[in-house]
Amino acid sequence: MTAAQLLENFLQALTAGLLTGAIYGLMCVGLSVIFGVMRVINFAQGDFMMLGMYVAYYAFGLFGAHAVFGTAMDPYIAALLAGPVIFVAGVIVHKLLVSRVTGIRGSALESEGHYAQLILTLGVALILQNGGLYVFGSTPVSIATPLSSSAWALGPLYRDATVFVNQGQAVAAVIAVVAVLGFVLFMARSRLGKSLRAAADNAEAAIYMGIDVDRAHCLAFGFGVGMTAIGGGLLASGGPFQPYVGLEYVIVMYAGVVLGGLGSVSGAFFGGLTIGLVQQLSTLFLPNQLQNTAIFVVFLVIVLLRPQGLFGRAARRT
Amino acid sequence: MNLRRQALLIAAFGIVYAVATAFAENSYYQLIMTVVPVWAVMGLAWNVLSGYSGLVSFGHAAFFGLGAYSLALAQIHWGLSPWLGIPLAGMVGALAGLVVGFPTFRLRGHYFALAMLAYPLALLYVFEWLGYQELTLPMQRQAPLAYMQFEDHRIYAWLALALMLGAMVLTGLIERSRFGMSLLAIKQDEAAAEAAGIRTLAWKLRAITLSGAMAGTIGGFYAVVLLVVTPPAVFGMLVSAQALIVAMFGGVGTLWGPVIGAVILVPLSELLHAKLGNVIPGIQGVVYGIAIVAVILLAPEGVFWKVKDLMLRRRVGKNLDQPQSAGPASAVVAELPLCKKGGDGAVVLEVRNVSKAFGGLQAVRDVSMKVVSGEILGIIGPNGAGKTTFFNLLNGFIRPDQGQILLEGRDIVGARPYEICAAGVGRTFQVVRPFRRMTVLENVVVGAYVHAASDREARANAEAALARVGLDRDAQLLAGSLSNKQLRLLELARALAGRPKVLLLDETLAGLGGGEVEEVIALVRKLAARGVTIVIIEHTMQAMVRLVDRFVVLNDGAVLAEGQPADITRNPAVIDAYLGKRWRVANA
Repeated sequence: MTAAQLLENFLQALTAGLLTGAIYGLMCVGLSVIFGVMRVINFAQGDFMMLGMYVAYYAFGLFGAHAVFGTAMDPYIAALLAGPVIFVAGVIVHKLLVSRVTGIRGSALESEGHYAQLILTLGVALILQNGGLYVFGSTPVSIATPLSSSAWALGPLYRDATVFVNQGQAVAAVIAVVAVLGFVLFMARSRLGKSLRAAADNAEAAIYMGIDVDRAHCLAFGFGVGMTAIGGGLLASGGPFQPYVGLEYVIVMYAGVVLGGLGSVSGAFFGGLTIGLVQQLSTLFLPNQLQNTAIFVVFLVIVLLRPQGLFGRAARRT
Repeated sequence: MNLRRQALLIAAFGIVYAVATAFAENSYYQLIMTVVPVWAVMGLAWNVLSGYSGLVSFGHAAFFGLGAYSLALAQIHWGLSPWLGIPLAGMVGALAGLVVGFPTFRLRGHYFALAMLAYPLALLYVFEWLGYQELTLPMQRQAPLAYMQFEDHRIYAWLALALMLGAMVLTGLIERSRFGMSLLAIKQDEAAAEAAGIRTLAWKLRAITLSGAMAGTIGGFYAVVLLVVTPPAVFGMLVSAQALIVAMFGGVGTLWGPVIGAVILVPLSELLHAKLGNVIPGIQGVVYGIAIVAVILLAPEGVFWKVKDLMLRRRVGKNLDQPQSAGPASAVVAELPLCKKGGDGAVVLEVRNVSKAFGGLQAVRDVSMKVVSGEILGIIGPNGAGKTTFFNLLNGFIRPDQGQILLEGRDIVGARPYEICAAGVGRTFQVVRPFRRMTVLENVVVGAYVHAASDREARANAEAALARVGLDRDAQLLAGSLSNKQLRLLELARALAGRPKVLLLDETLAGLGGGEVEEVIALVRKLAARGVTIVIIEHTMQAMVRLVDRFVVLNDGAVLAEGQPADITRNPAVIDAYLGKRWRVANA
């Protein structure tokens, strides 16, 4: 392999990593909102993402040949639609199930309460993915967009090294970044965002300040799964998916969130970005099948080497 | 449940199951009769680690899958019979448990659960990449019996049953031994367990090794039954989830829980799958999902405990949980052999120039002191003076930045809390840390293990320690139902049961009423008279003046003064820093 080819492969993987990483970042932000505000590990996050993909898929089907927003933009509008739809789904799941083992009551249960949440969301995950099998069928589906089959060619950059940037992925990545920025602004500036952060910081004190913490938790859960669902919708135009797709992304998301520091919203974005880079760059020297294994190994290395450092509250208390 | 009744119940259950299997005529029911024990054993394997120690594993599929693949690969490549392949699978599982446990036990809570999830998923892709998408065990027509291939499929069910009964007996033995008690203590309060002399990491490693062995064994057996091994079938999420769900559904921390869970859930999901599988694919997963959601919401402790609770309530009525009042604490002081008679004036514990900073906060600065055998040393000082931090340094919870801590001349800096406990430093906590779900006696037994060769000896020492503090009549109460004074005495007994040379008491009098304070003071004095050296932190100056032989006053992390009570209470620096002007006026 010549130097130019090596460079080209590297740049290509780097580009792909940044583009998928931006979407992973958006998904990680969703997960980190839930953890940050509620201190709940949501096992079903990947399955809400899967639901987001199917919402986008069916919405895209509805726009269909009418090309309501133009053939190029339809898939992205469909992806954005997944946000509010899954927000509502998340609020319902929270009200019916999750709220019973979380919130002030849940945190009073100490560690056993945490396990109750974790295992409850595992049950929700099993119901969603297997129920999804019944509702959506096991045949992989995908969203075909004209943009995802065209690319911009950058270069020749060095000798004859050229980098192709997939237009569909690029647009999706831009949307993801905008969504994250919008959410960060919302959390920082709006009254609701501030109350969410207050509830996250100290639920008890927030109650004394007149903040409805249960409502804050409910909204956080809704926002969290909604954000992740948009990420899922954006990924849906990248390749085929089926109802079991969520599980792989649970680890992707947790790897990103842990890397960025559990609970930190902006950290989660960069964590997700890094995971995207790891995944794509690993293809340079690992077989494709081991992409996910690379992520899992990175995840294990992160949690094992920085067990408490990234997660202040888990510090050993004596 | 006593030992004999437990054994009889297991035997009776085995016989009923074996007979029921004999009547299973068609091969479909025979398969169900085989699969139920398989998942029961997986649940029992999960229970040994997660049920007793409280560290929730989402990754038991890793051990199961490695077991299945090692059996299949050994049979295909070396012609190894499953009769040897299953033990091999168990050994691989045990090894995997050890390899996984060693790094992963650095994590706690959520992190542990998530890390465990990653292992089987990573392995799944590795085995696909290795080209083992589908392994089929070869038929052995010449010697079917030698290769565990039976015409009569009921034999598989009986083998599975035998494995399950073995796993149940093993779990029963663990449950009533030092092993199980130590894991239960870890589950409820790991730091307190370590301070009570439990080697937490060692027990957790043993638990995950055994748990991995059980899961690997049954994984190997599963491969024999199904004849085909694929990565998703043995490393998939549903494998880990099923192990967890049958155990949680049936009841965690008992050998019956996983069995009950498997007996109910496995046939239910299999039958629904057979009836509706082609209409509703994934129905099995939905059944397990709903089962676990329902359990968490309705009976978080599982079916076994729920039923047991209901039965107990019916049988005993309401007067079961009424705590009996504790007798006067100082009434009985039973004989308890101590490590060493004190009072000879030798230095037991010496602290030399110890400092500890948390970030910019200098919590303890350059503290030196000597504790003489048989004395009662009081440590006083305002809030934030570094008193509890100092205790945490002494018993090894935190490591000093500099300085030496000598126990009978031996430097114990850097030793783990359980080692320091074993060396002779016992402690209690400012905020009591009992193992709430255990009885008073069990709490104290956990503290006794450190200096007991056998479980019997530990129990005897624990009973003696309870008698010493006057809690012997409350031995069978749950620690969670005790009053504050009883909890303080319980912690004292737990520390005493480990036969300490030095006892560190952290605000043992806090929150006690006037009369109770007198009782506990009398008790502490008696302990000291019997040769236990005592270091006590306390705020109640009035009580302390009558209790201690000597004071060390800490202020701002450093030693402000040291001396006899009479001198300390008149020392102007101490009055300014701690006692305040009102003290001066009142005692002038």
